[in-house]
Amino acid sequence: MSHAAAQGDGTVTSHEKIFTGERRAQLEALFAKYPTRQACLLPALWMVQEARGWISEPAMAEVGEVLGVTPAFVRGVVTFYTMYHTHPVGRHFIQVCTTSPCGLCGAEETMQAILRESGCGELGATSPDGRFTAIEVECLGACGFATPILVDDDFIEGVTPERVPGILAAYK
Amino acid sequence: MGYPHPSHPKETVLLSKYFGDPGARTYAGWIERGGYEGLRKALAMPRAEVIEMVKQSGLRGRGGAGFPTGLKWSFMPKDEGKPHYLVCNADESEPGTFKDRELLRWTPHAVIEGCAIAAYSIQAQTIYIYIRGEFTEPWRIMTKAVEEAYAHGALGADAFGSGTRIDVVLHRGAGAYICGEETAMMNSIEGKRGNPRIKPPFPAQAGVFGMPTTINNVETLSAVPHILTRGAEWYKGLSLSSPKSTGTKLFSVCGHVQRPGNYEVTMGTPMRDLIFDMAGGMRPGRTLKALIPGGSSVPIMTAAEVEGCALDYEGIVAKGSMLGSGGVIVMDDSTDMVRTIWRYTRFYAHESCAQCTQCREGTAWTTKVLERILSGRGKQEDLQLLLDLADNMTGKTICVLSDSCAAPVVSGIQKFREEFDAYIAGARRPVLAAV
Repeated sequence: MSHAAAQGDGTVTSHEKIFTGERRAQLEALFAKYPTRQACLLPALWMVQEARGWISEPAMAEVGEVLGVTPAFVRGVVTFYTMYHTHPVGRHFIQVCTTSPCGLCGAEETMQAILRESGCGELGATSPDGRFTAIEVECLGACGFATPILVDDDFIEGVTPERVPGILAAYK
Repeated sequence: MGYPHPSHPKETVLLSKYFGDPGARTYAGWIERGGYEGLRKALAMPRAEVIEMVKQSGLRGRGGAGFPTGLKWSFMPKDEGKPHYLVCNADESEPGTFKDRELLRWTPHAVIEGCAIAAYSIQAQTIYIYIRGEFTEPWRIMTKAVEEAYAHGALGADAFGSGTRIDVVLHRGAGAYICGEETAMMNSIEGKRGNPRIKPPFPAQAGVFGMPTTINNVETLSAVPHILTRGAEWYKGLSLSSPKSTGTKLFSVCGHVQRPGNYEVTMGTPMRDLIFDMAGGMRPGRTLKALIPGGSSVPIMTAAEVEGCALDYEGIVAKGSMLGSGGVIVMDDSTDMVRTIWRYTRFYAHESCAQCTQCREGTAWTTKVLERILSGRGKQEDLQLLLDLADNMTGKTICVLSDSCAAPVVSGIQKFREEFDAYIAGARRPVLAAV
């Protein structure tokens, strides 16, 4: 069993520990860089998401246990930050900037093209083949290169509706 | 230089000299370009002298508030035995601003060098560079640069053999505009929700982990090595208008211009030159309608107000707005001001940490009232309602996020009232579906 399995009602049936072996050692190396263990919460959550694709309730509990904070505290932090996923997402995660400066330069048309071409259909949805999840995000900090998008960790500038099919084709 | 465009003759290229030059990214490449001379010089000087030099240069914070950098450093307690921290704010997310991203991507060692000089001056052994989570490429480049700086002895237990410990830790954000606010950033580094803290205590008294802390913007810190190598007087001389604004400033220009990009100018350069010469002016057949000069949190300026405006802290204030982060959002005559302003308020409603009622409720209701107007169901009294909301959102909260939401609404209604009236009177076709 390699993954926490989400049931239809959102409950999770099992949880394989994340912070063991090498990953545990990586996290412990971080402890030396901060005066408190709690300060390693954001980095630890990034490690969970990298390993599992999203952050489940048992994963939050495990992080809390390792860092000495309650699961509720961890949940409060996870849900504050928009980049942490609290549910499974598609194999590739698309973030499209539609804030005003990009909005002035056609970001909404680009967003529509992405929803259409990816098969996601609507914001926050995952395509039926599980390939993409697309969301709209606020300012990506590349306003001079509208429209910027993030596909997983790839930051792509100057995306227009015409470029969308070619860009998405690279993500299987 | 106006990356991705070639340098314009009206620019003063200092921080942006190596934008687009991947050779500047490596330690060896940076040394070839004169890098780390400023740090070596600083490490050989008494700390107080470095601070005095930065004070004399007139350098002010480039993140938005414009606070004098040397003065900020001088607030740090001296030799009281507590650990001190320097935090470099690389959480650039102010709409319209994309300058720090280029500094991190092209000149990572300039950022590290500036950080190290500041850390030495304020007796901080640890520097946290807080990089927004979405900046994946800057993160990779900075990670490599920090490794190289350690390998060559610029950082570590004995920086350049000076006996001073300087450590750099890169801390990745996870998607929250508010973490660019300095006290929210400290909470985020501590592993908490990014809620701003009440001041006082100020960071220099009790900052990250409760210890004396200074927080500076990427661009501010990147300017520091130049001051060390070329002197405070030289830096102070870079000033074309107000003597209180010195040095160069990167302006990110976006929106309806022909050449969007970053342009570096001497403080006091005419705003007109930036928009019409460096950024290439409007698209053919279009005219300038309005612009926001300092990131979306500052008041909107009309085309008439751009005339005669000097690009510095005082010059933009004189025209009723603020220099802010230097993110210039240009809008031509095709722009629907009501819809554009609504999109800003939606940004702030989304990014409110929801701690203060005036902000949590104010940003949301402002957005909803604007949606009502844009869906053709606005009432004449809605404009007064928006102004009342804005009044309740200004100067009444822990941080200035709600003030920032109010700024475009108030200036928008003052300067472009006829567009709001047109929606309310039914003279303009609704652009949003009725909710």
